Amino acid sequence: MTVHLEVIATGPLALIEDLGRPGLASQGVSRSGAADRRSFQLGARLVAQDYTAAGIEVTFGGLAVRAHGDVMLALTGAPAPATVDGRPVAHASPFTLLHGQCLRLEPPAAGLRTYVSVRGGIDVPPVLGSRATDTLSGLGPPPLRPGDSLPIGSPPPTWPNVDIAPTRALANDPITVQLIPGPRTDWLADIRQLATKWTVSHRSDRIGIRLDGQPLRRHPCRIDQELPSEGVVRGAIQVPADGNPILFLADHPVTGGYPVVAVVRDAEVDLVAQAVPGQRILMSFARH
Amino acid sequence: MKARLLPCGEQGVLLEVDTIEEVLAWHGAVQVAISAGEAAFADVVDVVPAARTLLFVVRDGGSLADVRAALHTLPVPDRPSRTANGDDATIVEVPTRYDGPDLDHVADLTGLTPVEVVRAHTGTPWQVAFCGFAPGFAYLVGGDPRLRVPRRREPRTSVPAGAVGLAGEFSAVYPRSSPGGWQLIGRTEVTVWHTEREPPALMRPGMLVRFAEAG
Repeated sequence: MTVHLEVIATGPLALIEDLGRPGLASQGVSRSGAADRRSFQLGARLVAQDYTAAGIEVTFGGLAVRAHGDVMLALTGAPAPATVDGRPVAHASPFTLLHGQCLRLEPPAAGLRTYVSVRGGIDVPPVLGSRATDTLSGLGPPPLRPGDSLPIGSPPPTWPNVDIAPTRALANDPITVQLIPGPRTDWLADIRQLATKWTVSHRSDRIGIRLDGQPLRRHPCRIDQELPSEGVVRGAIQVPADGNPILFLADHPVTGGYPVVAVVRDAEVDLVAQAVPGQRILMSFARH
Repeated sequence: MKARLLPCGEQGVLLEVDTIEEVLAWHGAVQVAISAGEAAFADVVDVVPAARTLLFVVRDGGSLADVRAALHTLPVPDRPSRTANGDDATIVEVPTRYDGPDLDHVADLTGLTPVEVVRAHTGTPWQVAFCGFAPGFAYLVGGDPRLRVPRRREPRTSVPAGAVGLAGEFSAVYPRSSPGGWQLIGRTEVTVWHTEREPPALMRPGMLVRFAEAG
Protein backbone atom coordinates (compact mmCIF):
# COMPACT_ATOMS: atom_id res chain seq x y z
CA MET A 1 0.00 0.00 0.00
CA THR A 2 1.43 3.35 -0.98
CA VAL A 3 1.86 6.11 1.56
CA HIS A 4 -1.41 7.92 2.17
CA LEU A 5 -3.41 9.95 4.67
CA GLU A 6 -6.75 8.59 5.80
CA VAL A 7 -9.34 11.28 6.52
CA ILE A 8 -11.05 10.66 9.89
CA ALA A 9 -12.87 14.02 10.24
CA THR A 10 -12.97 17.20 8.17
CA GLY A 11 -14.39 20.00 10.32
CA PRO A 12 -16.66 22.50 8.53
CA LEU A 13 -14.73 22.38 5.23
CA ALA A 14 -11.43 20.84 4.20
CA LEU A 15 -10.23 21.18 0.59
CA ILE A 16 -7.23 20.13 -1.44
CA GLU A 17 -5.53 23.29 -2.72
CA ASP A 18 -2.39 24.37 -4.53
CA LEU A 19 -1.69 27.67 -6.31
CA GLY A 20 -4.50 27.16 -8.79
CA ARG A 21 -4.97 27.48 -12.54
CA PRO A 22 -3.69 30.82 -13.84
CA GLY A 23 -4.11 31.49 -17.54
CA LEU A 24 -7.59 30.08 -18.16
CA ALA A 25 -9.69 33.15 -17.36
CA SER A 26 -10.48 33.82 -21.03
CA GLN A 27 -12.08 30.35 -21.12
CA GLY A 28 -14.22 31.14 -18.07
CA VAL A 29 -12.04 29.57 -15.37
CA SER A 30 -10.74 31.53 -12.40
CA ARG A 31 -7.33 30.85 -10.87
CA SER A 32 -8.66 29.48 -7.54
CA GLY A 33 -6.02 27.82 -5.31
CA ALA A 34 -5.11 28.50 -1.66
CA ALA A 35 -7.07 31.46 -0.26
CA ASP A 36 -4.04 32.57 1.81
CA ARG A 37 -1.22 32.06 -0.66
CA ARG A 38 1.61 33.23 1.58
CA SER A 39 0.74 30.73 4.31
CA PHE A 40 0.44 27.96 1.73
CA GLN A 41 3.86 28.86 0.31
CA LEU A 42 5.45 29.01 3.75
CA GLY A 43 4.16 25.50 4.45
CA ALA A 44 5.66 24.22 1.20
CA ARG A 45 9.04 25.74 2.11
CA LEU A 46 8.94 24.21 5.59
CA VAL A 47 8.67 20.71 4.12
CA ALA A 48 11.27 21.63 1.45
CA GLN A 49 9.23 21.30 -1.68
CA ASP A 50 8.23 23.60 -4.49
CA TYR A 51 4.90 25.35 -4.69
CA THR A 52 3.35 22.97 -7.21
CA ALA A 53 2.58 20.27 -4.61
CA ALA A 54 -0.94 20.27 -3.17
CA GLY A 55 -1.85 20.49 0.52
CA ILE A 56 -5.03 20.69 2.59
CA GLU A 57 -6.83 23.95 3.36
CA VAL A 58 -8.71 23.42 6.62
CA THR A 59 -11.48 25.91 7.39
CA PHE A 60 -11.86 26.51 11.14
CA GLY A 61 -10.12 23.36 12.36
CA GLY A 62 -11.77 20.01 12.91
CA LEU A 63 -9.54 17.99 10.58
CA ALA A 64 -8.29 14.57 11.71
CA VAL A 65 -6.04 12.42 9.51
CA ARG A 66 -4.20 9.15 10.13
CA ALA A 67 -0.89 8.33 8.43
CA HIS A 68 -0.41 5.11 6.51
CA GLY A 69 3.35 5.19 6.10
CA ASP A 70 5.50 8.00 7.55
CA VAL A 71 4.57 11.48 6.27
CA MET A 72 6.31 14.81 6.94
CA LEU A 73 3.88 17.67 7.52
CA ALA A 74 3.83 21.36 8.46
CA LEU A 75 0.93 23.52 9.64
CA THR A 76 0.69 27.17 8.60
CA GLY A 77 -1.97 29.86 8.35
CA ALA A 78 -4.48 30.03 11.21
CA PRO A 79 -2.71 28.52 14.26
CA ALA A 80 -5.19 25.75 15.05
CA PRO A 81 -4.13 23.88 18.21
CA ALA A 82 -2.84 20.55 16.88
CA THR A 83 -2.09 17.20 18.45
CA VAL A 84 -0.49 13.96 17.29
CA ASP A 85 -2.02 11.09 19.24
CA GLY A 86 -2.89 13.62 21.95
CA ARG A 87 0.51 15.34 22.19
CA PRO A 88 0.70 18.95 21.00
CA VAL A 89 2.72 19.81 17.90
CA ALA A 90 4.08 23.26 17.06
CA HIS A 91 2.67 25.60 14.41
CA ALA A 92 4.84 26.48 11.40
CA SER A 93 7.31 23.72 12.21
CA PRO A 94 7.86 20.52 10.20
CA PHE A 95 7.18 17.20 11.94
CA THR A 96 6.76 13.58 10.90
CA LEU A 97 3.46 11.83 11.34
CA LEU A 98 4.51 8.21 11.79
CA HIS A 99 2.63 5.26 10.38
CA GLY A 100 -0.57 4.81 12.39
CA GLN A 101 -0.42 8.20 14.16
CA CYS A 102 -3.36 10.59 14.03
CA LEU A 103 -3.15 14.38 13.60
CA ARG A 104 -6.07 16.43 14.94
CA LEU A 105 -6.71 20.16 14.55
CA GLU A 106 -8.92 22.15 16.96
CA PRO A 107 -10.63 25.37 15.85
CA PRO A 108 -8.06 28.20 15.79
CA ALA A 109 -8.34 31.01 18.35
CA ALA A 110 -7.47 33.48 15.58
CA GLY A 111 -7.67 33.19 11.82
CA LEU A 112 -9.82 30.93 9.68
CA ARG A 113 -7.77 28.75 7.34
CA THR A 114 -4.99 26.35 8.36
CA TYR A 115 -2.76 24.75 5.73
CA VAL A 116 -1.51 21.20 6.12
CA SER A 117 1.52 20.98 3.84
CA VAL A 118 2.56 17.45 3.00
CA ARG A 119 6.07 16.53 1.90
CA GLY A 120 5.54 14.93 -1.50
CA GLY A 121 2.19 16.64 -1.94
CA ILE A 122 -1.29 15.17 -2.10
CA ASP A 123 -1.20 13.26 -5.34
CA VAL A 124 -4.78 13.24 -6.57
CA PRO A 125 -5.17 13.56 -10.37
CA PRO A 126 -4.76 17.19 -11.49
CA VAL A 127 -7.53 18.91 -13.47
CA LEU A 128 -6.27 21.47 -15.98
CA GLY A 129 -2.83 21.41 -14.41
CA SER A 130 -3.94 21.93 -10.82
CA ARG A 131 -5.28 19.91 -7.89
CA ALA A 132 -7.10 22.93 -6.41
CA THR A 133 -10.77 22.68 -5.58
CA ASP A 134 -12.59 25.62 -7.18
CA THR A 135 -15.80 25.96 -5.18
CA LEU A 136 -17.41 28.22 -7.81
CA SER A 137 -16.79 26.24 -11.00
CA GLY A 138 -16.68 22.81 -9.35
CA LEU A 139 -13.30 22.00 -10.93
CA GLY A 140 -10.83 19.90 -8.98
CA PRO A 141 -11.37 17.29 -6.27
CA PRO A 142 -14.55 17.38 -4.16
CA PRO A 143 -14.36 18.57 -0.53
CA LEU A 144 -12.74 15.99 1.75
CA ARG A 145 -15.02 13.49 3.50
CA PRO A 146 -14.34 11.04 6.33
CA GLY A 147 -13.03 7.81 4.87
CA ASP A 148 -11.19 9.48 1.98
CA SER A 149 -7.71 8.15 1.27
CA LEU A 150 -5.27 10.83 0.11
CA PRO A 151 -2.28 9.44 -1.81
CA ILE A 152 1.05 11.16 -1.09
CA GLY A 153 3.49 11.82 -3.93
CA SER A 154 7.20 11.10 -4.05
CA PRO A 155 9.20 13.38 -1.74
CA PRO A 156 11.49 15.92 -3.41
CA PRO A 157 15.29 15.44 -3.27
CA THR A 158 15.67 18.52 -1.04
CA TRP A 159 15.47 18.33 2.77
CA PRO A 160 13.99 20.81 5.24
CA ASN A 161 16.61 23.05 6.85
CA VAL A 162 14.33 25.15 9.06
CA ASP A 163 12.92 23.97 12.39
CA ILE A 164 10.35 26.70 12.86
CA ALA A 165 9.30 29.84 10.99
CA PRO A 166 8.23 33.13 12.55
CA THR A 167 4.69 34.06 11.49
CA ARG A 168 2.57 37.13 11.84
CA ALA A 169 -0.11 36.98 14.55
CA LEU A 170 -3.60 36.86 13.10
CA ALA A 171 -5.49 38.08 16.17
CA ASN A 172 -5.47 41.76 15.17
CA ASP A 173 -8.87 43.39 15.32
CA PRO A 174 -9.38 45.28 13.19
CA ILE A 175 -7.26 43.87 10.37
CA THR A 176 -5.79 46.83 8.49
CA VAL A 177 -5.58 46.66 4.73
CA GLN A 178 -4.58 49.12 2.06
CA LEU A 179 -6.60 49.79 -1.05
CA ILE A 180 -5.72 50.88 -4.54
CA PRO A 181 -8.48 52.76 -6.41
CA GLY A 182 -10.26 50.46 -8.85
CA PRO A 183 -11.59 51.02 -12.37
CA ARG A 184 -15.03 52.31 -11.29
CA THR A 185 -14.41 54.80 -8.48
CA ASP A 186 -16.71 57.26 -10.25
CA TRP A 187 -19.72 55.01 -9.60
CA LEU A 188 -19.69 56.00 -5.92
CA ALA A 189 -20.86 59.33 -4.53
CA ASP A 190 -17.66 59.47 -2.50
CA ILE A 191 -14.97 56.78 -2.76
CA ARG A 192 -13.57 57.94 0.61
CA GLN A 193 -16.64 56.35 2.22
CA LEU A 194 -14.89 53.01 1.70
CA ALA A 195 -11.93 53.98 3.89
CA THR A 196 -13.46 52.99 7.21
CA LYS A 197 -14.15 49.97 9.43
CA TRP A 198 -16.13 47.09 7.95
CA THR A 199 -17.35 43.87 9.53
CA VAL A 200 -16.90 40.48 7.87
CA SER A 201 -20.36 39.00 7.26
CA HIS A 202 -21.14 35.38 8.03
CA ARG A 203 -22.20 35.16 4.36
CA SER A 204 -18.58 34.89 3.28
CA ASP A 205 -16.75 32.05 1.57
CA ARG A 206 -13.84 31.35 -0.80
CA ILE A 207 -15.61 33.26 -3.56
CA GLY A 208 -15.80 36.49 -1.61
CA ILE A 209 -16.24 38.25 1.70
CA ARG A 210 -19.35 40.34 2.22
CA LEU A 211 -18.67 43.46 4.22
CA ASP A 212 -21.27 44.85 6.61
CA GLY A 213 -21.25 48.54 7.45
CA GLN A 214 -22.66 51.84 6.28
CA PRO A 215 -23.83 51.05 2.73
CA LEU A 216 -21.90 52.94 0.06
CA ARG A 217 -23.89 55.55 -1.82
CA ARG A 218 -23.89 55.49 -5.59
CA HIS A 219 -23.10 58.61 -7.53
CA PRO A 220 -26.40 60.34 -8.42
CA CYS A 221 -25.63 59.93 -12.15
CA ARG A 222 -25.23 56.17 -11.73
CA ILE A 223 -28.24 55.28 -9.59
CA ASP A 224 -30.19 53.39 -12.27
CA GLN A 225 -27.27 52.43 -14.47
CA GLU A 226 -26.10 48.91 -15.09
CA LEU A 227 -22.48 48.08 -15.79
CA PRO A 228 -21.81 45.51 -18.51
CA SER A 229 -19.96 42.57 -16.92
CA GLU A 230 -16.18 42.94 -16.92
CA GLY A 231 -13.15 40.98 -15.78
CA VAL A 232 -12.36 41.07 -12.06
CA VAL A 233 -9.25 40.21 -10.02
CA ARG A 234 -8.64 38.61 -6.63
CA GLY A 235 -8.90 41.37 -4.02
CA ALA A 236 -11.35 43.44 -6.07
CA ILE A 237 -14.10 45.20 -4.10
CA GLN A 238 -17.33 45.16 -6.06
CA VAL A 239 -20.32 47.24 -4.99
CA PRO A 240 -23.82 45.99 -5.88
CA ALA A 241 -26.74 48.40 -6.05
CA ASP A 242 -27.54 47.90 -2.34
CA GLY A 243 -24.17 49.45 -1.47
CA ASN A 244 -22.85 46.48 0.56
CA PRO A 245 -19.38 45.67 -0.80
CA ILE A 246 -18.09 42.21 -1.72
CA LEU A 247 -14.34 41.53 -1.60
CA PHE A 248 -13.34 38.77 -4.02
CA LEU A 249 -11.14 35.89 -2.87
CA ALA A 250 -9.54 32.95 -4.72
CA ASP A 251 -12.68 31.43 -6.27
CA HIS A 252 -14.09 34.72 -7.58
CA PRO A 253 -16.02 34.65 -10.86
CA VAL A 254 -14.04 35.53 -13.98
CA THR A 255 -16.29 38.55 -14.60
CA GLY A 256 -18.53 40.62 -12.36
CA GLY A 257 -21.57 42.71 -13.16
CA TYR A 258 -21.13 45.39 -10.49
CA PRO A 259 -18.60 48.23 -10.40
CA VAL A 260 -15.20 47.44 -8.85
CA VAL A 261 -14.31 50.59 -6.89
CA ALA A 262 -11.06 49.47 -5.26
CA VAL A 263 -8.62 46.56 -5.10
CA VAL A 264 -6.91 45.32 -1.93
CA ARG A 265 -3.12 45.12 -2.17
CA ASP A 266 -2.23 41.61 -3.24
CA ALA A 267 -0.23 40.59 -0.15
CA GLU A 268 -3.03 41.81 2.11
CA VAL A 269 -5.66 39.67 0.40
CA ASP A 270 -3.94 36.81 2.25
CA LEU A 271 -4.70 38.51 5.57
CA VAL A 272 -8.30 39.15 4.57
CA ALA A 273 -8.67 35.46 3.66
CA GLN A 274 -7.98 34.71 7.34
CA ALA A 275 -10.75 36.98 8.63
CA VAL A 276 -13.53 35.26 10.58
CA PRO A 277 -17.16 36.39 10.46
CA GLY A 278 -17.64 39.27 12.88
CA GLN A 279 -14.03 40.39 12.61
CA ARG A 280 -13.47 43.99 11.53
CA ILE A 281 -11.40 45.24 8.60
CA LEU A 282 -10.08 48.79 8.64
CA MET A 283 -9.52 49.97 5.09
CA SER A 284 -7.44 52.89 3.93
CA PHE A 285 -6.15 54.02 0.57
CA ALA A 286 -2.47 53.33 -0.06
CA ARG A 287 -0.22 56.37 -0.41
CA HIS A 288 1.81 56.32 -3.58
CA MET B 1 -5.55 55.06 -28.99
CA LYS B 2 -9.24 55.66 -28.34
CA ALA B 3 -9.41 53.15 -25.52
CA ARG B 4 -9.14 54.10 -21.85
CA LEU B 5 -6.82 52.32 -19.41
CA LEU B 6 -8.31 51.95 -15.94
CA PRO B 7 -6.44 50.79 -12.81
CA CYS B 8 -7.27 47.33 -11.48
CA GLY B 9 -4.92 46.53 -8.60
CA GLU B 10 -1.22 45.71 -8.51
CA GLN B 11 -1.50 42.98 -11.13
CA GLY B 12 -4.23 44.16 -13.45
CA VAL B 13 -5.18 46.88 -15.91
CA LEU B 14 -8.60 47.25 -17.51
CA LEU B 15 -8.88 48.54 -21.08
CA GLU B 16 -12.28 50.08 -21.82
CA VAL B 17 -13.82 50.78 -25.24
CA ASP B 18 -17.33 51.68 -26.40
CA THR B 19 -18.51 48.60 -28.28
CA ILE B 20 -18.14 44.86 -28.29
CA GLU B 21 -16.77 45.11 -31.85
CA GLU B 22 -13.91 47.25 -30.56
CA VAL B 23 -13.25 44.68 -27.83
CA LEU B 24 -12.89 42.05 -30.55
CA ALA B 25 -10.60 44.30 -32.59
CA TRP B 26 -8.37 44.92 -29.56
CA HIS B 27 -8.40 41.26 -28.59
CA GLY B 28 -7.32 40.30 -32.08
CA ALA B 29 -4.50 42.85 -32.08
CA VAL B 30 -3.28 41.67 -28.66
CA GLN B 31 -3.36 38.03 -29.80
CA VAL B 32 -1.23 38.95 -32.80
CA ALA B 33 1.29 40.76 -30.58
CA ILE B 34 1.46 37.89 -28.09
CA SER B 35 1.87 35.31 -30.89
CA ALA B 36 4.70 37.43 -32.31
CA GLY B 37 6.46 37.22 -28.94
CA GLU B 38 6.02 40.92 -28.08
CA ALA B 39 8.20 41.28 -24.98
CA ALA B 40 5.92 43.79 -23.25
CA PHE B 41 3.27 41.09 -22.89
CA ALA B 42 5.66 38.43 -21.57
CA ASP B 43 4.35 38.80 -18.00
CA VAL B 44 0.68 38.65 -19.00
CA VAL B 45 -1.00 35.45 -17.78
CA ASP B 46 -4.63 36.33 -18.50
CA VAL B 47 -6.36 38.47 -21.10
CA VAL B 48 -10.06 38.54 -20.22
CA PRO B 49 -12.37 40.11 -22.79
CA ALA B 50 -15.88 41.15 -21.72
CA ALA B 51 -18.70 43.25 -23.17
CA ARG B 52 -16.83 46.60 -23.21
CA THR B 53 -13.46 45.78 -21.66
CA LEU B 54 -10.32 43.70 -21.79
CA LEU B 55 -8.67 42.85 -18.46
CA PHE B 56 -4.93 42.18 -18.50
CA VAL B 57 -3.49 40.31 -15.51
CA VAL B 58 0.26 39.86 -15.05
CA ARG B 59 1.95 37.01 -13.18
CA ASP B 60 2.98 37.39 -9.53
CA GLY B 61 5.78 39.95 -9.52
CA GLY B 62 5.20 40.83 -13.18
CA SER B 63 5.36 44.33 -14.63
CA LEU B 64 2.21 46.26 -15.52
CA ALA B 65 4.10 49.30 -16.76
CA ASP B 66 5.31 47.50 -19.89
CA VAL B 67 1.78 46.30 -20.65
CA ARG B 68 0.31 49.78 -20.28
CA ALA B 69 3.00 51.29 -22.50
CA ALA B 70 2.55 48.61 -25.15
CA LEU B 71 -1.22 49.12 -25.21
CA HIS B 72 -0.69 52.81 -25.93
CA THR B 73 1.23 52.01 -29.12
CA LEU B 74 -0.44 48.78 -30.22
CA PRO B 75 -1.74 48.97 -33.80
CA VAL B 76 -5.46 48.24 -33.62
CA PRO B 77 -7.73 48.23 -36.68
CA ASP B 78 -10.50 50.84 -36.57
CA ARG B 79 -13.06 48.27 -37.60
CA PRO B 80 -12.84 44.63 -36.60
CA SER B 81 -12.69 42.20 -39.46
CA ARG B 82 -15.29 39.46 -39.51
CA THR B 83 -12.64 36.79 -39.63
CA ALA B 84 -11.43 34.43 -36.99
CA ASN B 85 -8.83 36.21 -34.90
CA GLY B 86 -8.65 33.92 -31.89
CA ASP B 87 -5.81 31.62 -31.01
CA ASP B 88 -7.21 29.14 -33.53
CA ALA B 89 -8.17 30.25 -37.02
CA THR B 90 -10.57 27.37 -37.72
CA ILE B 91 -14.33 27.87 -37.76
CA VAL B 92 -16.18 25.83 -35.15
CA GLU B 93 -19.08 23.91 -36.70
CA VAL B 94 -22.00 23.18 -34.38
CA PRO B 95 -24.56 20.70 -35.76
CA THR B 96 -27.78 21.53 -33.93
CA ARG B 97 -31.23 19.97 -33.63
CA TYR B 98 -33.63 22.90 -33.49
CA ASP B 99 -36.23 21.38 -31.17
CA GLY B 100 -35.72 23.64 -28.12
CA PRO B 101 -38.63 24.31 -25.74
CA ASP B 102 -38.53 28.07 -26.48
CA LEU B 103 -38.31 27.89 -30.29
CA ASP B 104 -41.99 28.77 -30.80
CA HIS B 105 -41.77 31.55 -28.22
CA VAL B 106 -38.71 33.01 -29.95
CA ALA B 107 -40.66 32.87 -33.22
CA ASP B 108 -43.50 34.83 -31.56
CA LEU B 109 -41.10 37.38 -30.08
CA THR B 110 -39.27 37.97 -33.36
CA GLY B 111 -42.26 37.79 -35.71
CA LEU B 112 -40.54 35.00 -37.64
CA THR B 113 -41.70 31.46 -38.24
CA PRO B 114 -39.75 28.71 -36.42
CA VAL B 115 -38.20 27.75 -39.76
CA GLU B 116 -37.08 31.35 -40.27
CA VAL B 117 -35.59 31.42 -36.78
CA VAL B 118 -33.50 28.38 -37.66
CA ARG B 119 -32.47 29.94 -40.98
CA ALA B 120 -31.46 33.15 -39.22
CA HIS B 121 -29.47 31.28 -36.57
CA THR B 122 -27.60 29.16 -39.14
CA GLY B 123 -27.41 31.82 -41.85
CA THR B 124 -24.46 33.87 -40.61
CA PRO B 125 -21.43 32.85 -38.58
CA TRP B 126 -21.21 34.04 -34.98
CA GLN B 127 -18.06 35.17 -33.22
CA VAL B 128 -16.96 34.39 -29.66
CA ALA B 129 -16.81 37.72 -27.82
CA PHE B 130 -15.92 36.42 -24.39
CA CYS B 131 -16.38 33.52 -21.94
CA GLY B 132 -17.96 33.67 -18.52
CA PHE B 133 -20.81 32.44 -16.33
CA ALA B 134 -19.34 28.91 -16.35
CA PRO B 135 -16.17 27.28 -17.69
CA GLY B 136 -16.40 27.19 -21.49
CA PHE B 137 -19.61 29.24 -21.69
CA ALA B 138 -18.94 31.40 -24.76
CA TYR B 139 -20.97 34.54 -25.51
CA LEU B 140 -21.43 34.61 -29.29
CA VAL B 141 -22.14 37.86 -31.13
CA GLY B 142 -22.54 39.08 -34.68
CA GLY B 143 -25.47 36.85 -35.61
CA ASP B 144 -28.68 37.87 -37.36
CA PRO B 145 -29.95 40.98 -35.53
CA ARG B 146 -33.57 39.80 -35.87
CA LEU B 147 -32.81 37.16 -33.23
CA ARG B 148 -32.48 39.60 -30.33
CA VAL B 149 -34.83 38.38 -27.63
CA PRO B 150 -35.02 39.03 -23.87
CA ARG B 151 -34.12 36.38 -21.33
CA ARG B 152 -36.90 34.23 -19.96
CA ARG B 153 -38.79 35.91 -17.14
CA GLU B 154 -38.39 32.76 -15.02
CA PRO B 155 -34.94 31.17 -15.34
CA ARG B 156 -34.89 27.37 -15.51
CA THR B 157 -33.37 25.62 -12.52
CA SER B 158 -31.65 23.16 -14.85
CA VAL B 159 -30.63 23.55 -18.48
CA PRO B 160 -29.00 20.46 -20.04
CA ALA B 161 -25.47 20.46 -21.44
CA GLY B 162 -25.51 21.17 -25.18
CA ALA B 163 -28.61 23.39 -25.04
CA VAL B 164 -28.39 26.20 -27.64
CA GLY B 165 -29.85 29.48 -26.42
CA LEU B 166 -30.46 33.13 -27.23
CA ALA B 167 -30.46 36.17 -24.92
CA GLY B 168 -30.11 39.80 -25.93
CA GLU B 169 -27.54 40.12 -28.70
CA PHE B 170 -25.95 36.79 -27.72
CA SER B 171 -26.21 33.13 -28.56
CA ALA B 172 -24.50 30.36 -26.59
CA VAL B 173 -24.19 26.62 -26.04
CA TYR B 174 -24.48 25.49 -22.40
CA PRO B 175 -21.21 23.65 -21.66
CA ARG B 176 -22.75 21.59 -18.85
CA SER B 177 -25.99 21.27 -16.97
CA SER B 178 -26.68 24.44 -14.97
CA PRO B 179 -29.46 26.88 -14.09
CA GLY B 180 -30.13 29.30 -16.92
CA GLY B 181 -32.46 31.99 -18.20
CA TRP B 182 -31.74 31.93 -21.93
CA GLN B 183 -34.36 31.12 -24.56
CA LEU B 184 -33.56 27.55 -25.68
CA ILE B 185 -34.00 26.91 -29.39
CA GLY B 186 -32.03 23.71 -29.90
CA ARG B 187 -29.39 21.29 -28.69
CA THR B 188 -26.10 19.92 -29.94
CA GLU B 189 -24.01 16.82 -29.28
CA VAL B 190 -20.82 18.85 -29.59
CA THR B 191 -18.77 18.86 -26.38
CA VAL B 192 -18.00 22.53 -25.81
CA TRP B 193 -16.08 22.01 -22.53
CA HIS B 194 -13.79 19.09 -21.76
CA THR B 195 -11.13 19.24 -19.05
CA GLU B 196 -9.07 16.48 -20.71
CA ARG B 197 -8.80 18.51 -23.92
CA GLU B 198 -6.14 21.16 -24.59
CA PRO B 199 -7.49 23.81 -24.63
CA PRO B 200 -10.58 22.72 -22.67
CA ALA B 201 -12.98 25.30 -24.17
CA LEU B 202 -14.06 24.60 -27.76
CA MET B 203 -15.05 28.24 -28.30
CA ARG B 204 -12.50 30.86 -27.33
CA PRO B 205 -12.58 34.64 -27.73
CA GLY B 206 -12.23 35.75 -31.35
CA MET B 207 -13.14 32.41 -32.91
CA LEU B 208 -15.93 32.05 -35.48
CA VAL B 209 -18.79 29.63 -34.84
CA ARG B 210 -21.27 28.37 -37.43
CA PHE B 211 -24.46 26.54 -36.47
CA ALA B 212 -25.87 23.99 -38.91
CA GLU B 213 -29.20 22.19 -38.80
CA ALA B 214 -28.62 18.53 -37.94
CA GLY B 215 -30.77 16.07 -39.82
